[in-house]
Amino acid sequence: MAKVTIDGHSIEVADGTTILQAARMIGGDIVPPTMCYYSKLKTSGGYCRTCIVKVTKGSEKDPRPMPKPVASCRTTVMDGMEVVNITSPEVLEARRGVVEFLLINHPLDCPICDQAGECHLQDLGYEHGLAKTRYDFPRRTFNTIDIGPYIKMHMTRCIMCFRCVKTADQITDYRVHGMLNRGDASEISTYIQKAIDNDFSGNIIDVCPVGALTDRTFRFKSRVWFTKPMDAHRNCTKCSGKVALWLKGNDVLRVTGRKDKWGEVEEFICNECRFEKKDVKDWTIEGPRHIDRHSVISANHYESLAKLKLDIGKQQKALSTKK
Amino acid sequence: MGKKLLIHNDKVPNIHTLQVYREHGGYASVEKALKSMTPNDVVEEVKKSGLRGRGGAGFPTGMKWSFLAKPEGVERYLVCNADESEPGTFKDRYLMEKIPHALIEGMITSSFALGAKTSYIYIRGEYFYVARILEAAIEEAYAAGLLGKNILGTDFSHDCYVQVGGGAYICGEETALLESLEGKRGNPRIKPPFPAIAGLYGCPTVVNNVETIAAVCPIIMMGGDEYAKIGVGRSTGTKLISASGHINKPGVYEIELGLPVEEFIYSDEYCGGIINGRKLKAVIAGGSSVPVLPAELILKNDKGEPRLMTYESLSEGGFATGTMLGSGGFMVYDETTSIVKNLYTLARFYHHESCGQCSPCREGTGWMEKILHRIVEGHGKPSDIDLLWDIQRKIEGNTICPLGDAAAWPVASAIRHFRAEFEEYINNPSKIKDVKHYYSVNQLAGA
Repeated sequence: MAKVTIDGHSIEVADGTTILQAARMIGGDIVPPTMCYYSKLKTSGGYCRTCIVKVTKGSEKDPRPMPKPVASCRTTVMDGMEVVNITSPEVLEARRGVVEFLLINHPLDCPICDQAGECHLQDLGYEHGLAKTRYDFPRRTFNTIDIGPYIKMHMTRCIMCFRCVKTADQITDYRVHGMLNRGDASEISTYIQKAIDNDFSGNIIDVCPVGALTDRTFRFKSRVWFTKPMDAHRNCTKCSGKVALWLKGNDVLRVTGRKDKWGEVEEFICNECRFEKKDVKDWTIEGPRHIDRHSVISANHYESLAKLKLDIGKQQKALSTKK
Repeated sequence: MGKKLLIHNDKVPNIHTLQVYREHGGYASVEKALKSMTPNDVVEEVKKSGLRGRGGAGFPTGMKWSFLAKPEGVERYLVCNADESEPGTFKDRYLMEKIPHALIEGMITSSFALGAKTSYIYIRGEYFYVARILEAAIEEAYAAGLLGKNILGTDFSHDCYVQVGGGAYICGEETALLESLEGKRGNPRIKPPFPAIAGLYGCPTVVNNVETIAAVCPIIMMGGDEYAKIGVGRSTGTKLISASGHINKPGVYEIELGLPVEEFIYSDEYCGGIINGRKLKAVIAGGSSVPVLPAELILKNDKGEPRLMTYESLSEGGFATGTMLGSGGFMVYDETTSIVKNLYTLARFYHHESCGQCSPCREGTGWMEKILHRIVEGHGKPSDIDLLWDIQRKIEGNTICPLGDAAAWPVASAIRHFRAEFEEYINNPSKIKDVKHYYSVNQLAGA
C-alpha cells in the first residue's frame, strides 16, 4: 500500500496504482482531464499530456520533487508522494498550453460534428481553453474517408490519442490501421484505404475522444442531446450484449457501449449489436441510463428533468394549498 | 598539445584494417579485460574514470552500467547509438569512418563488463557507407577470433551486428532507437521503465554513444584513476568536438576537457580563428538543440571568468546565461550571420523531425516554424516574439522525450540574447526582402 496526497487529499492505494487512478478514487475537481488514457486499454496514455501534474515530493524514501511535470496516467504512486494538480498555477498554465496545442489544428466544426455534446475535447476546451485563438495560419486538413461500411473517419478532427490503434491491437485479431507519416503531418490511416472489417471494429468509435471516428449509421441523424440514453441488453453470442441505446421516440438511433463517468466504456460490444440491431424489439430495455459529469447530454437528462417536474409539482401543490 | 586517446591514430594509413590497428596497440583492452579482469572490475574502472555519456546528456556511464538489471536467465543487450543526427555533430562519423575497430573493441570490452552476449550498432541511414566500413571491420574481427564463440580462448562469446536506421532524428533518442531496432515505428517510449530494466525486446539494455563506448578502451588500458586525472572536476577525459561554421579550420578535434573556449576558437591548433578575420557573433556549443550564446557570454561567463570546455563551465549560469556541452557540435557564427534565419532553419528541422506522438511537440514545433517563416519573409508582427516565447515555454518540459526541449531551447535562447534582431526583422520588412542567408542586423540597420 502507498499513501499519496493529491492537492491536499490523502488516500491509501495499492502499489502500482497510477496518480490518475488515485485521483479518480478521490474524485471531484482534482481529477486531471484525460484525452488519450483509457483504463480498459493497456499501455494507453502519456501522449496527449493534458493530465500532467507536478510531483512536489517523490516519496517518503526519496523526497526530492520531480524536475518536470509528469503524465499522471503513466506515473505510478510511491509511498508518501505528494502531487499538486489544480492547486498549482504552473500545472494549470502548462495544461492550458497543451489544450491550446490540441486545438490549433482542430477544425472546431462542432456545429456539424456528431461527437458534439459528448466530446472530451469540447469539455476540455471549455474548462481550460482560451476564448480566442492565437493561431492565425491555415489549419491542417485531410480528406474524410470511409473505413468500412460503418465507420467514417475525419482525420482533420483527430488529436492522435492512439486509443483506436490500441483498441484494434488489444481486442481484435488483426490491426489494419495505424499511424502514418510523422510530426504534424501524421495521420491515423489504413494505408491503402482498406476497410477495417472485424466483429469489434465499432469500438474504435466509442474510444475516440473527438469526432474523428463516427458511426455512419448515426451520422447527421440527431444531436446527441436530443436522444434518450437507455440501458438495454440482448443475448449476444459475441459480446456481453449490454449496451446503451440512444432513442428518439421509439426509434433506436444508435447503439453504443455503456460509458462510465470517465467516458470509458464498461464493456466492449460487437458490431452486430452496434450496427444491426436498430429496433427496440431486439432489446430488453432496463431503464434510463445514468449520465454523469461531462457532456451536455446530462443537462437534458431524465434525472434533472424529473427533478424539475417534481419541483413544479411541489410548487403547484403549494400554490393550490395557498388558495 | 592536448592528450589524444581516441583519434590519435587517425592519420595512420590503413588504420581501418585490423592488421594495422593491432600493430598500433589495438584490441589490447579486450585482451586485458577478458584475460585478467572480471566484469565487475571493468565496471569499477569505468566508474572510477568518471566517464560521462558523450551523446549529449552527460550522464555518468559507470552509474548507468551499474543500474543494469541482471535477472537470471534473461538476455542483456548493449546497443551503440550511432544515430548521430544532431545538426552540427559529426564526431562519431569521423571516428567510425577512420578507426572502425576502436568502436568494435569498445563494444567487446563493454559487453564483457555488462555480460551482454549480443550487441547492436544502430547507425543512421545517411551513414550507409560507414555501416559498410563497420561491417567489414566486424568481419575481420570474427575472422581473427575477436568476435564469435570463445573470444581469445576465454569462455566469453559475443556477437555484434550493425543495423542501419531509416534516417530519423528521433531515433537518436534511446527508447525510440530501441523501438526502431525492434522493427517498429521509431516513437520514444514512455519512461519508466528505463531501458536498464526493460529495453530491447523487453530485456535489460544499455544504450551508449559511439564515443562513450570507444572511450572505454583507453580507460581499461590506462586505468580509471589515470583517466580521471585528465580534465577538470567532474568532466574527465577527452572529448571529440565537431567544429563547424565560420572558422578557419572546421573539423573534428579531440580536446582535453577543461580547455578554455577562447583558446579552442582562436588557437591555430584547433579552429584557427574566425574566417576572414571577422568578429565572433555567437556560438552554439553542443549541437543545434543547446542554447545559442552571444560572443561575450561564450568566452566569459556572467561572473567574468573564462569559460572552459567542460560540462559544468558551459552550463554555468543556467539557461539565462549558460548553455550545455551537449554532443560537442560546436557551431561558430561570425558577425554576418542572421540569428533569425539560423533559428528558422533549426525550427524547420525540429518541425520536420518531430515524431507526432505527444501534442506539445507535434503542434508546437510546426507553429513555431510558421511564425519564424513569417518573420524571415518580412510579414512578422510585433506580437510574434512574445508568442514564440510563450509557445516554447509551453513545449519545454511537457513532452515525452527531450526532442520537445531540444526544439524549445534554441528559440528561447535566440529570443533571450538576440531580441533586438527579431525586432529589426519585424520593423523593417522592406529591408529584408531579397536578402541572402547571411545578413546581419548591422547591415540591416543601414550600413
